[in-house]
Amino acid sequence: MTLIAVEGLEIRHGARRVLHDVTLTLRPGEIVTIVGPNGSGKSSLLRAMIGAIRPARGRVVRRPGLRIGYVPQRLTLDASLPMTVRRFLSLPRPVSDAEARVALERAGVPQVAPAQVGALSGGQLQRVLLARALLGDPELLILDEPTQGLDQPGSAAFYRQIEAIRTETGCAVLMVSHELHVVMAASDRVICLNGHVCCEGHPEQVASAPEYRALFGTGTQGALALYRHEHTHRHDHGPAA
Amino acid sequence: MILLDSFLIRAALAGLGVALAAGPLGCFVVWRRMAYFGDATAHATILGVALALALEVPILAGALVVALAMALAIWWLSGRGEATDTLLGVMAHSALAFGLVAVAFLPGVRIDLMAYLFGDILSVGRIDLLVIWGGAALVTALLAWRWQRLLTSTLGADLAHAAGIDPRREQLILTLSLAVVVAVAIKVVGVLLIAALLLIPAAAARRFVRTPETMALAAAGLGGVAALGGVWASWAWDTPTGPTIVCIAALIFAAATAVRRGGG
Repeated sequence: MTLIAVEGLEIRHGARRVLHDVTLTLRPGEIVTIVGPNGSGKSSLLRAMIGAIRPARGRVVRRPGLRIGYVPQRLTLDASLPMTVRRFLSLPRPVSDAEARVALERAGVPQVAPAQVGALSGGQLQRVLLARALLGDPELLILDEPTQGLDQPGSAAFYRQIEAIRTETGCAVLMVSHELHVVMAASDRVICLNGHVCCEGHPEQVASAPEYRALFGTGTQGALALYRHEHTHRHDHGPAA
Repeated sequence: MILLDSFLIRAALAGLGVALAAGPLGCFVVWRRMAYFGDATAHATILGVALALALEVPILAGALVVALAMALAIWWLSGRGEATDTLLGVMAHSALAFGLVAVAFLPGVRIDLMAYLFGDILSVGRIDLLVIWGGAALVTALLAWRWQRLLTSTLGADLAHAAGIDPRREQLILTLSLAVVVAVAIKVVGVLLIAALLLIPAAAARRFVRTPETMALAAAGLGGVAALGGVWASWAWDTPTGPTIVCIAALIFAAATAVRRGGG
């Protein structure tokens, strides 16, 4: 049973080809992470999957009636737009106070309902966006670099929350990230993207794939190397581990 | 309807009608930074006035056609993702200039251009009132109907797409609403000042509110106060009515800002 399938997708921005020959499927309950260098088409792929970009070729097939919760990379709320968190949660579908409370608790920010969205910290805002995405009881949660601007403990906590939500609700999760080491540990499957799907599979498999190493290297920048390292030579890293 | 026999009452009702629709619509203009769109549509409308005079059709028809055409052009351009400011400016001011020149070529009666540039609210007749309130009601109903979708699109195109909302369609609805308000407001404040009636009440309302809905209501209310106050003040001091309405709105904005600052 497939939630959403991408078949032979090609995306162009004007004359530039951003993505080509991308084929992937998502199954219920799995956590899949897309990694790739800047400009590799990660966000474009997500945007095509939610219907914001029309593919130049290929198609996106959603299971009929699929409920998607989307967490954007950032929310640029104009300062002239007054908006409490509570009101924000009722967009586009009005929700009850009880529903709103459950979603905020699940996302780890139970106290912020009366606050103005514009006054939230980066971490709080990400969690409010997550709460809003959870309100439709999604079968698939799509997150575009959800921890951008968070420090390392902050993003680690965020990913733990995602895993907890998956366990609790059984929803599938598709996310884009650049924090390879954190993300790899939390994913069932990793897709390495650079204009096309370079390699794909379990985090360990992808980590040892030559295509992946070519992109991210094997030094400290290649977080996968770090990830593997931590399992064999933990003492080398001192307190950081 | 003896009440409507007084030109002052008609003027007050006309101003109120435009202000009530311009308040909520103006909020979207502020939130989405569409002020320039409003100006461009309004300026182009003077060409519609000239065409209507030349073709001897009702002014409103000419104004509405050109305003809607301009709105569609703006919507189409903004979808192309290019820098539209320059092109918009070229179109809007060219339309304004051609309109002004075209009026000079019209044979027969000399036309009082000031009436179209700054409004002529004291000459509002019963039919005008009907048109103004009809247009205002149409736009308000449209905004109320699409409210949730319009707000979601305003927060971000991707958020809208993910919720199954087409943000381009919502943008089109706003742009067309803007054209309707501009066209029916010509009699009230004229093409040069309608943008003020959209922006200023919304900006003043922002100081006191915490949700989009209260901002829309407050903007309508403050706009209504400005319209009624403006008609009264222009009567008391014998000043041009359209500009007086905008002056009152500006004073309300200044007061709102001062009160907010003073109150912390």
